[in-house]
Amino acid sequence: MNPPPDAAPRLSRRDALKWITAAAASSLAFSPEPRAGAPAARGYGTDPDLQRAYSPGDVWPLTFTPAERAAAAALCGLMLPPDAEGPGAEALLVHDFVDEWISAPYPEHVADRNTITEGLAWLDAEARRRWGGEFVRGTPAQRTALAEDLCDLASAQPEHRAGARFFQRFRDLAAGGYFTTPEGMKDLGYTGNYAMEAFTGPPPEVLRRLGLA
Amino acid sequence: MPVVTPSQTQPEYDVIVVGSGAAGGQTAYTCTLEGAKVLMLEAGRDYDPARETPMFQVNSQAPLRGASTPDKPFGFHDATIDGGWQVPGEPYTSASDDPARQFWWWRARMMGGRTNHWGRISLRNGPYDFKPRTRDGLGFDWPLSYEDVAPYYDKVEMLIGVYGDNNGLENTPDSPAGCLQPPPILRAGEQYARAKGKALGLPVIPIHRAVLTQRQDPDVLPAKIHPANPRAQRLLADSMRQRAACFWATPCGRGCSIRANYQSTTVHLPPALASGNLDIVANAMAREVTVDAAGKATGVLFIDRTTGQEQRVKGRVVVLAASSAESVRILLNSRSPRFPQGLANSSGLVGKYIMDTVGAGMAGQIPALENLPRHNEDGAGGNHAYVPWWLYPEQVAGKLGFARGYHIEFGSGRQLPALHTVAGLEAFTRGSFGQKFKEDARRFYGSFIGFAGRGEMIPNEDSYCDLDPVVRDKWGIPVLRFHWKWSDHEIRQAAHMQRTFADWISALGGKVRGTPAMDGAKAIEPGGKIIHEVGGTIMGADARRSVTNQWCQTWDVRNLFVTDGGPFCSNADKNPTLTIMALAWRASDYLLAELRRGNL
Repeated sequence: MNPPPDAAPRLSRRDALKWITAAAASSLAFSPEPRAGAPAARGYGTDPDLQRAYSPGDVWPLTFTPAERAAAAALCGLMLPPDAEGPGAEALLVHDFVDEWISAPYPEHVADRNTITEGLAWLDAEARRRWGGEFVRGTPAQRTALAEDLCDLASAQPEHRAGARFFQRFRDLAAGGYFTTPEGMKDLGYTGNYAMEAFTGPPPEVLRRLGLA
Repeated sequence: MPVVTPSQTQPEYDVIVVGSGAAGGQTAYTCTLEGAKVLMLEAGRDYDPARETPMFQVNSQAPLRGASTPDKPFGFHDATIDGGWQVPGEPYTSASDDPARQFWWWRARMMGGRTNHWGRISLRNGPYDFKPRTRDGLGFDWPLSYEDVAPYYDKVEMLIGVYGDNNGLENTPDSPAGCLQPPPILRAGEQYARAKGKALGLPVIPIHRAVLTQRQDPDVLPAKIHPANPRAQRLLADSMRQRAACFWATPCGRGCSIRANYQSTTVHLPPALASGNLDIVANAMAREVTVDAAGKATGVLFIDRTTGQEQRVKGRVVVLAASSAESVRILLNSRSPRFPQGLANSSGLVGKYIMDTVGAGMAGQIPALENLPRHNEDGAGGNHAYVPWWLYPEQVAGKLGFARGYHIEFGSGRQLPALHTVAGLEAFTRGSFGQKFKEDARRFYGSFIGFAGRGEMIPNEDSYCDLDPVVRDKWGIPVLRFHWKWSDHEIRQAAHMQRTFADWISALGGKVRGTPAMDGAKAIEPGGKIIHEVGGTIMGADARRSVTNQWCQTWDVRNLFVTDGGPFCSNADKNPTLTIMALAWRASDYLLAELRRGNL
């Protein structure tokens, strides 16, 4: 199998000894040290219920402020709007998934928490500079113009780089949040996940397109 | 007999098996169906795939859209519970701070162990793979040959159900008629890669995986597997009737509630339990093998994880099947005045010559696969095709600069969308957003192929494990300390993998994704990350230079066996699980015969 790229590599002797000391002092199996700026919450543990359906906020509290949530919702709507193929990210509350992601207690999420919350603040500051109000108060044309300046990190102007890094990360999270929903999977063109009698392979027109028929 | 508590165990068993995965499951299956009374100890909790497997759940139903976390390293819906490269309360250490010399140790503390989530890739070792030293002068020959193991490969394939094909390729054995299940049709990307790989000489053939593509025939197979044992035939036939064929949906890594793929909990343990000859104690953390004054094994001392209490159980034979490194740990912790350096360790080789599989990978974006008509590519929940090692003549002629081969696993297609499926597309979309981004997402979905090389590592003196002199786990049991070093053979092999993948992506008209390392030392995955760790109790023909004989029986203690990957004295590029099961079956047959003869 291909392991995920972000798994913790190893425990050094020093960490192991530190861990042993901590374990002896605590009845908990594992108690990570609290981190500055991170929400005080626990993960779902190594033996969660895999059968139930979870929503953002079920396992640890969401932490967006109302202003952050509003900006994130607007950004979801801008990045993944409704169209003939699907309802779009804002209608499916994908911003709540982004909130779940940045509120998670795992180490990997700390960097994203900073990127997203600082980025949303940057976005509002830039909006105030451009149109005198928060991002959500801009017209569609104003928001789109701002997004045009941020959307491509490789070609962004130096003064927009920080915003562009945030935009790129937010877009990945929003797209992941959207295209994993039943509506988003349909939008994407995924047609599986149901039981079939037989697997018949690629349809003839697919093979023709590939020059294999 | 069922899953019992420590207080419900019998005063003595014929065989105590430590571990419930591929090795423990096979050992217990063979022994119980032949009438032996067996006690199995599993360190993790009991686990019921029929009730607990998330089959059709989609990622939006999981926390974090199912993404990997330290709690669930392969994602939320992965079958593994209480497992990973780190297990809370059960550390291990590294002898070196050098990032290139780390070893990652995967454990799955659950009934069935890692068989619940594994990739199900089931490749036979070939004739060369058992005699590597004879072929190139490196490493060790096994004290057995392909012909010795082949009948057991046949039986394991029939028992667990393996799809695949016979292609008549060098050192890539065919199976006798009736062993294999029909291979599934290759997906679009797999067929396209096969067509474009021909110019590079890459033989793309159906992979072998332990998934039923059709139901097993309960009127034919049991008689072939247990020819002289009507009761075993009946028990196996009953079990086969309860397994469904694949319904072509849901990833195998979640496990399978309909028992269409192999996991110990759905294939080995049900008939073994139905025999009435198997007791299982879960949450039983084995600490050491107990011995009598004559140096014979008498049983196992374990920690009941539910109470923290030490418990002792007795058996006429003890079989360690705890995973290669965990079995090493148990042996080294079985120290006594008589065996001051641990049990079965008169050679000093317990813990030595540990090996993993060489791994490196690359992904490509293939324009020909963009915007294909929508169709269902779930298939058998894993790969349908692979490339076996294809450069045997060049290698033996010394033209490659590394001595052993690798195979290529590759994945393509319109898979169940996950968090990463539509991420990192900037290089292809120039940062599109809005309506254009949605169109780009549809266009690029399914147009990527990921290639992974899986190669043979040669055992070396610098890769071993011993007991850490200080650190203990939460039960107070000394933990393993790993020493690790790849040799130039593995580093050069990883570089060759990367060049091959880049060439193949070019041949497909595609573009390499990102900037993968082409330098072998940077491209190679850390030791242990491929989770094919074997060795540490290597088998051999000489008691001074090996830990077990060809029957996985320790030289020093004749009623003590190790049937996991520990006795492997080489680690062919073929994924080890099928060979673990074949050798565990063979060892169990020998063990039973010796038990009947009164030799144990």
